[in-house]
Amino acid sequence: MAGSTLRFSLLLAAAFAGRATALWPWPQYIQTSELRYTIFPHSFQFQYHLSSAAQVGCSVLDEAFQRYRDLLFGSAAFRFPHPIEKRHTSEKNSLVVLVVTPGCDQFPSLGSVENYTLTINDEQCLLLSETVWGALRGLETFSQLIWRSPEGTFYVNKTDIEDFPRFPHRGLLLDTSRHYLPLSSILDTLDVMAYNKFNVFHWHLVDDSSFPYESFTFPDLTKKGSYNPATHIYTAQDVKEVIEYARLRGIRVLAEFDTPGHTLSWGPGVPGLLTPCYSGSHPSGTFGPVNPALNNTYEFMSTFFLEISTVFPDFYLHLGGDEVDFTCWKSNPDIQAFMKKKGFGDDFKKLESFYIQTLLDIVSAYGKGYVVWQEVFDNKVKVRPDTIIQVWREEIPVKYVKEMALVTSAGFRALLSAPWYLNHITYGPDWKEIYLVEPLAFEGSPEQKALVIGGEACMWGEYVDSTNLVPRLWPKAGAVAERLWSNKMVSNLDFAFKRLAHFRCELLRRGVQAQPLSVGYCDMEFEQT
Amino acid sequence: MEQRGFGRLRLPGLLALLAALGVLVVQAALERRKAQTPRISASRNQNLWPLPVSAMTTPRLLYLSPGNFFFGHSPSSKAGPSCAILQEAFRRYYAYIFGFDKWPLDSDNVARKMKLQKLEVSVIMDPECDSFPSITSDESYNLLVQGPVATLTANRVWGVLRGLETFSQLIYQHSSGTFTANESNIVDSPRFPHRGILIDTSRHFLPVKTILKTLDAMAFNKFNVLHWHIVDDQSFPYQSITFPELSNKGSYSLSHVYTPNDVHTVVEYARFRGIRVLPEFDSPGHTASWGKGQKDVLTPCYHSREPSGTFGPINPILNSTYSFLSKLFKEIGTVFPDEFIHLGGDEVDFNCWKSNPAVLHFMRNKGFGKKFEKLQSFYMQKVLDMISAMKKRSIVWQEVYDDEGKLTPGTVVQVWKKDKFHMKLRKITAAGFPVIISAPWYLDLISYGEDWTGYYSVEPLNFAGTPKQKQLVIGGEACIWGEYVDATNLTPRLWPRASAVGERLWSHQDVTDLGDAYRRLTRHRCRMVGKQTPSR
Repeated sequence: MAGSTLRFSLLLAAAFAGRATALWPWPQYIQTSELRYTIFPHSFQFQYHLSSAAQVGCSVLDEAFQRYRDLLFGSAAFRFPHPIEKRHTSEKNSLVVLVVTPGCDQFPSLGSVENYTLTINDEQCLLLSETVWGALRGLETFSQLIWRSPEGTFYVNKTDIEDFPRFPHRGLLLDTSRHYLPLSSILDTLDVMAYNKFNVFHWHLVDDSSFPYESFTFPDLTKKGSYNPATHIYTAQDVKEVIEYARLRGIRVLAEFDTPGHTLSWGPGVPGLLTPCYSGSHPSGTFGPVNPALNNTYEFMSTFFLEISTVFPDFYLHLGGDEVDFTCWKSNPDIQAFMKKKGFGDDFKKLESFYIQTLLDIVSAYGKGYVVWQEVFDNKVKVRPDTIIQVWREEIPVKYVKEMALVTSAGFRALLSAPWYLNHITYGPDWKEIYLVEPLAFEGSPEQKALVIGGEACMWGEYVDSTNLVPRLWPKAGAVAERLWSNKMVSNLDFAFKRLAHFRCELLRRGVQAQPLSVGYCDMEFEQT
Repeated sequence: MEQRGFGRLRLPGLLALLAALGVLVVQAALERRKAQTPRISASRNQNLWPLPVSAMTTPRLLYLSPGNFFFGHSPSSKAGPSCAILQEAFRRYYAYIFGFDKWPLDSDNVARKMKLQKLEVSVIMDPECDSFPSITSDESYNLLVQGPVATLTANRVWGVLRGLETFSQLIYQHSSGTFTANESNIVDSPRFPHRGILIDTSRHFLPVKTILKTLDAMAFNKFNVLHWHIVDDQSFPYQSITFPELSNKGSYSLSHVYTPNDVHTVVEYARFRGIRVLPEFDSPGHTASWGKGQKDVLTPCYHSREPSGTFGPINPILNSTYSFLSKLFKEIGTVFPDEFIHLGGDEVDFNCWKSNPAVLHFMRNKGFGKKFEKLQSFYMQKVLDMISAMKKRSIVWQEVYDDEGKLTPGTVVQVWKKDKFHMKLRKITAAGFPVIISAPWYLDLISYGEDWTGYYSVEPLNFAGTPKQKQLVIGGEACIWGEYVDATNLTPRLWPRASAVGERLWSHQDVTDLGDAYRRLTRHRCRMVGKQTPSR
């Protein structure tokens, strides 16, 4: 640890000196100097190194070069006048990219290596990475290093960066059931995620309120379960577009189909799927969670999840499993009979376990791994040892810090979300509390800590749609992004505030409607259209 | 208020009886504060926001076709095509109702149905087309929707603007694309004459475009005052003609300023929507940004007998302060046509004054003792006198009254402190001063969930006092202070939360049903979302 402390003090000193204060999230190791190089937009280009495993034709990087060119200089880069005056500083006219391992057409995964090094000095301007995913992270960092003088000249300072993420799973959850989010809102969010080095889009597609995912095996789910089957749906083409857009930015799409609770919207499209609730000895006309007592239920789930496993390429699916209300199950005589038959007594947790286990077996058989909400663990469902448990409850049944200890001591991998529910808004600089969360601040062995694979910022949709999504997300979610990417010791609030405020202005410049952290201004304010 | 003319309405057609009833209602309603329980029609398809005094609808549907509908002036109207406010409003509301596309003139495919082809507008008195709206502007209107010609009658253009908004809310577009409205008769007028939104352009600069969008949304909610808290500690974006250094040095940057032309644009845009622009130049506190461009205007603070290099509130002991302020306010009085100027006067920190030997000396000379409140009163009185001398009226924050300033009669006091604000209302109105309520409506203080219900459930007159005291409550304002708000999040933070305040200030006191409000507000939000983005 001594070594990294020394490194850290070095990097802090470097940061306060120069232009590097613009970086977000902060890299693992950085050294910059006042020495700067001019960049001329009309001649600057991104280039593949001769010995790079990725070359022209690599979709991920070809497109990224184009994107970052536009971000840096605008799409009309060639408008910039050719310099005629004497050059006082030396010039950099390319960033050379060297990727070691081939693989431009794959999907990013939990195991993807995102390390990169960036070397900008008199001799070279080089981005070196193991994979294309690392190159993407490095390009983002490079774009944040470039600055513009008041006269309009672009510069980059002499810099050495060696960077890698602290956690491999850095996610953002969007909820498209409580409110439908237009495709463009999702794509725009993926862009900003990439600016923050997030790498997982957790897509909470469906819930009680609506079923916008258009299933080709069960089209009635959407026809009867969406807010509006003509407009408020995600077609197969939409889903493909999201997945590819995310891939090009090194982002995984983790699809969540939450069951057996949170499924009211499934009911109209699949008669018999939900449990009929009883009032006294008669059906009340309302419905509860998925009916776990029927074979039909599992046949449906088999077919449905076969489709989902094919549509979403990521190894992991999110199967939900949170907040199952037992009241309806309790009221239903068929469920009661089933409980008796199975010998579950009055323990409805056992019934829930039975359902989840059967579902997990189905999904496992399709060669998928899965993530579930913490209740599945809390209710002692027997799950495969490689299951990932997402911790979301702040206080109950135990404080989330304790829950992290429990989950990891049982040998499961854990994802942290509890302190990062960004939809819970409060007055003032609430990003600070979010920023100061330390995911590993629980009592446990180093082996346990190693089981924490990351975390997710969640933007639940009860009060959020495309009218307010962007300002509620950004730059607040950036606080989570840095916590998950940067070194544990990067936790100084003043240092973070300066950079995050600067980063928010950069987001505005890139056209993102990111809200202010405090009083002040940006050179380029958000302009209403 | 003179109210002639409504008796002359000619009411052909089915609704004559209903309309006659309506006239009775409007006359009752127009005697403000005597308004009766609103007559809400039994029909649940009404989505009006804010709810009118009386709205009666029949199940009968009228069909509108975009190519065969227009707004026009009644031959008997005192306003005609030369009235720019109305011509612009006609164009605007046509687009709100039918979208921004060009429709073919004969796209009339509802041949045999009852059609609505025209809204005929009639202004009964001097229309005030070229005037600015004021605190006494008459906003009442009477809207009779029947086929083939609907009529909108009002005493002034201001009522026509409110009625056009209501008319647009009556029209519904079916998924087939057809436009319909139920036959209706609406009689309406506001409960309070001052219904404002406060924006803060000092903590964060708001581009002019954002302000104009806000004015549009205000009109959708029948707000009529934009309280422009234009400068504060953080920045001075107002570009003064007399003292250009104020914004040259005090703004965030030279692109973060409101030029005289910008201000004119805002004032005129607001006028076209029947909205007053109330400028606030808050002093003597909240003035740190003034000091950068105006030498000696702020009090130098002292630390152990030496100037500390920091500055406090405006320096109240120098003659130069008052000659500066007199010139500045003279300019403000000209640039902003409204009868009122907001002088601020809130949250004055006395520490700096206390530290300054010259201020202490002045206090002794004036016999103020240790009461710095008296010094603030001395200052405020001088500024109040300047405003009176310009034949304008002043609004101040509640501290100016708390501090027992000898307030010029007629000065309006704005109550903003939430704690026991009803008690404050009682006290201030008992002393005979008009009040504006903001205390329960600080919309910048966000929380999770449906906080609009809290704003909605406030009853402004829920304090012990005589009817005369209640008359002194001229209205309220929803405030969206700018510490954490700029153009990126202003709109979603304001709307529809401010709409709750809009209805509280417009509609009858008895309109309090949260369930019904939720239903209407949800629809109203969708309507606003649709209006903000031109439909394609």
